[in-house]
Amino acid sequence: MKEDLQLFDYWPYDNRPKIEWPNGARVAFWVAPNIEFYEIDPPLNPDRKPWPRSNPYVTGYSIRDYGNRVGHMRQMRLLDKYNIRGSISLSAALCDHHPEIIEMCLDRDWEFFSHGIYNTRYTYGLSEDQEREMILDAFSTIQEHTGKPPAGYLAPALSHSPHTLDLFAEVGGIYTCDLFHDDQPTPVNVRNGSKFVSVPYSLEMNDTIAYVVNKIEPRYYGKIMRENFDRLYEEGADSGTVMCIPTHNYQISCPHRIRAFEETLEYITGHSDVWITTGREIAEYYIENYYDSSREDISRKSGEAS
Amino acid sequence: MSLDKTFLEYPRRKYGMDHDRYDWSMLTDRPKVIWPEDKKLALWVNVCLQFFPINQKGKPFVPTGGMTMPYPDLRHYSLREYGNRVGIYRFLKAFDEYSIKPTFALNTRVAERYPYLMDVLKEREDEILCHGLHMDALHYGGQDIDEERKQIDYSLSKLRELSGQDVTGWISPDRSESDNTPDLLAEHGVQYFCDWVNDDMPYQFKTNNGEIVAMPLSQELEDSFILLNNKHTEDSYVEQICDACDFLIDEADEQGGRILSLNIHPWMLGQPHRIGKLESVLEYVTSKSEVWSASAADILKEYKRNGSS
Repeated sequence: MKEDLQLFDYWPYDNRPKIEWPNGARVAFWVAPNIEFYEIDPPLNPDRKPWPRSNPYVTGYSIRDYGNRVGHMRQMRLLDKYNIRGSISLSAALCDHHPEIIEMCLDRDWEFFSHGIYNTRYTYGLSEDQEREMILDAFSTIQEHTGKPPAGYLAPALSHSPHTLDLFAEVGGIYTCDLFHDDQPTPVNVRNGSKFVSVPYSLEMNDTIAYVVNKIEPRYYGKIMRENFDRLYEEGADSGTVMCIPTHNYQISCPHRIRAFEETLEYITGHSDVWITTGREIAEYYIENYYDSSREDISRKSGEAS
Repeated sequence: MSLDKTFLEYPRRKYGMDHDRYDWSMLTDRPKVIWPEDKKLALWVNVCLQFFPINQKGKPFVPTGGMTMPYPDLRHYSLREYGNRVGIYRFLKAFDEYSIKPTFALNTRVAERYPYLMDVLKEREDEILCHGLHMDALHYGGQDIDEERKQIDYSLSKLRELSGQDVTGWISPDRSESDNTPDLLAEHGVQYFCDWVNDDMPYQFKTNNGEIVAMPLSQELEDSFILLNNKHTEDSYVEQICDACDFLIDEADEQGGRILSLNIHPWMLGQPHRIGKLESVLEYVTSKSEVWSASAADILKEYKRNGSS
């Protein structure tokens, strides 16, 4: 194990080359619904228990199923209302289990990025070949069911190996949501040398982190999302920023919580100069317009030869 | 380093669920349910009356609200008993004030231990359902089936005897089940159970003794989940329930009847500083003309009358 995987270089937030989003927008705003499948009886990974009790863990399994049975339609309806195309973090096996959901998202031209096969199958302990097989399986499953290969990756249940991003870049991916080091896209160092970037996907704004880990109250979650936006919008006047709200239908779409989400979408989309977009579009736009200049600036500031 | 090849094999990766207990079905794809008098929202107030033995075995885990200190954990034991002797009587008063039709989920041990309380409940004629034997008599994956069968048989038959009711509903202690629990419940005459939290409406659940109904008793809206697990304030509890009520009434306008299920514990909301919050919730919800206060069995009956089974 190493002190640092060297996935990204130190690159100070001040004095970076200015990012200009399309139409002069200050903030690139995207919503990333995680549409996941958790197995009721997964194999027991030696490094991480899928469920805290013996199977069947009824409440844990069933609330996640609630997300697909009940919650999905509620969130999709809100995103329709505010003209937001979701960027789905997809458990690829959901294409097999619940193709109806995939169809509805395809009809709306939503993006699908890879979130592994199941959220109960972790990267931990897999050999590099096994991890490649899993990544390729998800990649081709999504391509087959949606007509397009995924551009982005969020490792299943945020479980990684030292090679996760290298492997995803090697199968043709262009962005990752696994890094939380910045509020702007940044180049990521991958071993094949491809133009591969991190698109900010906020852990802090993630509903499951807010509700399950930090245990915050629904209306307070709405408040901090709006405050997060306010600051990124202010700073975006100088150089474009990215705001992401990662969601889960078993959290955000519960009857006592959906109001906080709706009020936040109403607030954010009520601003001019917001680019309502998807993860893929942010990655592509950044790579096309800013990747090379960012690399040069990083080299300059790290005192290395470019 | 590598894992066994079974980690990359997915035997249940196919259409529908990864088990055979119920069919995959999105809520919006089902026929609309119409409640009596065309009400939009059924209010199901479910009161858990629980006994936590002080000599807790904690096998295979300590239940939510259970003992956490070395024996004898008088603080938790007595705080839970507070609910059965003080909190519940505050609840009953509040229910009557707001004309609520509650449902009582009893650990059978509560019925055995407190005949006075049983008489009060019997006189009210509210529905009683079985919440297992007691909070330390858990059902769990890997449990011996004969042991579990005995546990269920005793819990149900004793509660039926003491309540004088048929007792056709069930909630497992801490909603924990083994693979066999639904089969054993059906074998013992249970018609509906409330452990699964994957829906906002009832649905059919398969057992090897015929179908039973899974009733949607929200865990996310439970008093102990919001206050004890999430550590939210009492005021936020009220806000969350009222927001859920408003949202579900709006949804019901378009999609057919919905259910607001409030699973509450007298050891939690029965405290002097919290009972007023329960009253605020009941006042708000019952002020809505769209709300129908009903027992679990009433809701189940209407769901079945709608041809949804």
